[in-house]
Amino acid sequence: MNKKDIFHFDYLLLKSGKKLENIDIAYETYGQLNADKSNAILLEHAFSGNAHASKLNENDEPGWWDNMIGENKAFDTNKYFIICSNILGGCGGSTGPASINPKTGKEYALAFPVITVEDIVAAQKKLIDFLGISKLLSVVGGSMGGMQVLQWMISYPDSILSAVPISTAMKHSPQQIAFNEVGRQAIMSDSDWNNGNYYQKNEPKTGLALARMIGHITYMSDKSMEAKFSRKLKDKEYAFNVGTNPEFEVEGYLRYKGSSFVKRFDANSYLYITKAMDYFDVSGKNFTIKSKNKNLKSLVIAFKSDWLYPPYQTENIARHLKLQGYDATYCEIKSSYGHDSFLLETEDETKLIKGFLKSVEKGALK
Amino acid sequence: MIPLEYEKISSIINEKSSVLDLGCGKGDLLQYLIKTKNINGQGIEINEDAIFSCVEKGLTVFHSDIEKGLDAYPDNSFDYVIIYNTLQQIKNVDTMIEECFRIGQKLIIAFPNFAQISSRKSLMLGHSPVTKHLPYTWYNSPNIRFFTIEDFADFCKNKRYEILDKFFFAIKKRITFLPNLFAYTAVFVIKRK
Repeated sequence: MNKKDIFHFDYLLLKSGKKLENIDIAYETYGQLNADKSNAILLEHAFSGNAHASKLNENDEPGWWDNMIGENKAFDTNKYFIICSNILGGCGGSTGPASINPKTGKEYALAFPVITVEDIVAAQKKLIDFLGISKLLSVVGGSMGGMQVLQWMISYPDSILSAVPISTAMKHSPQQIAFNEVGRQAIMSDSDWNNGNYYQKNEPKTGLALARMIGHITYMSDKSMEAKFSRKLKDKEYAFNVGTNPEFEVEGYLRYKGSSFVKRFDANSYLYITKAMDYFDVSGKNFTIKSKNKNLKSLVIAFKSDWLYPPYQTENIARHLKLQGYDATYCEIKSSYGHDSFLLETEDETKLIKGFLKSVEKGALK
Repeated sequence: MIPLEYEKISSIINEKSSVLDLGCGKGDLLQYLIKTKNINGQGIEINEDAIFSCVEKGLTVFHSDIEKGLDAYPDNSFDYVIIYNTLQQIKNVDTMIEECFRIGQKLIIAFPNFAQISSRKSLMLGHSPVTKHLPYTWYNSPNIRFFTIEDFADFCKNKRYEILDKFFFAIKKRITFLPNLFAYTAVFVIKRK
């Protein structure tokens, strides 16, 4: 029933004006598409995610939203057909800077054109068209996934019945751009990066790992870090040494997260995707939904302890939708996990999303 | 059991009205009005558990302080704005009511009557009233305003709001005789002149 595949199409005209050819979009699906193709839900992964949202079978590696997808879960595979694709520019099977440029026969590296969230969503629309789905029951995602949800509302409002943006913003603030820039600088200042030409050579592991370490700090909260690490030491006493071994638990954790990230992520993808997030701006007049259909419903979720995407940014999305006359529900959930909450607080999200999807289905039947 | 106030409110609003319930709690009133009058309803609520109940019921709700949440709605969005058992907890009553008239045609305001005879008795005996409709003790009450049916009627007069309807209730029955003395709760329907 679940499957993993690659969708191929010839080209996409990008927002930058460039044309990208020979495009692959890696995707997975869970559950069964019904006869009238009305039960499809598109999940949007966050910055470092991929198409693997859930296990395809019992023995499979866990996905990034396993607790939310499956029988009787929020995205109930007995009822819904769940789709998740790796974003354009990513490194999880979709075309990105590490893919082979058909013109040169070598990896694109920095010859890869700059992509935007609009382009990412345009590629997803082609996948949805290919699957024969004219109207998605919902589009759901957190963080950068939430940006894609907002882009769907703007680009293709008549192709979706509802939207669930979580822990996200209509635009990056200077603080968010700054964190992304520090990550990019960490990669680009690694001599192995070599202007992006590191394929078949040494990858910029140190820089990419460092970028990830910084990222991880922004995903947690002061409180969750205290609970997880406090000031715990790896050994019993201070080493009184400024050498290389991590002494505090938190140091060891960050290094582990950094080094495991470089095994699965491409440094150039990091640069392109963070840039796409920074360029994203659907604030003010940019967030105009051009549709006569005012029935587009949304559920907007924020988490109190998220300081990377503070709740006021997410709440503004709901306000904006209401001011345009759209039906938007906003919830701010108590949680101490910081930005990571949207991946961890699945029990609360399940309650909200289940109720919401039920009301969307009911509305669709009217 | 459906409170008499719910039935009364349902009886005075039109089919398919658009309604905003301020401080909608778990959404029971909204759900009742959807069932009885097929309204297009929304709520604002600050309590997280209540918000969860609302979303599980399939209601559209905005998780916010009432006074901060109103500017999220365009002018003339609703036929009715309901303030059910909430007015006694509002800081800036007059600015909030004006804001409600910006977004809604008519206001339905239900509140506990502080001058009901059992409250008066408590005060006579030297105690703050604790009744079925004012169930809190002085130290844990969310209520910051204590007003009566007469007070509210005066308020409408001073603000030149037209009272379209008013209903008074004791436990399980309507009150028509000396409501400020006998009614536990009141429902006013008002609009701007």
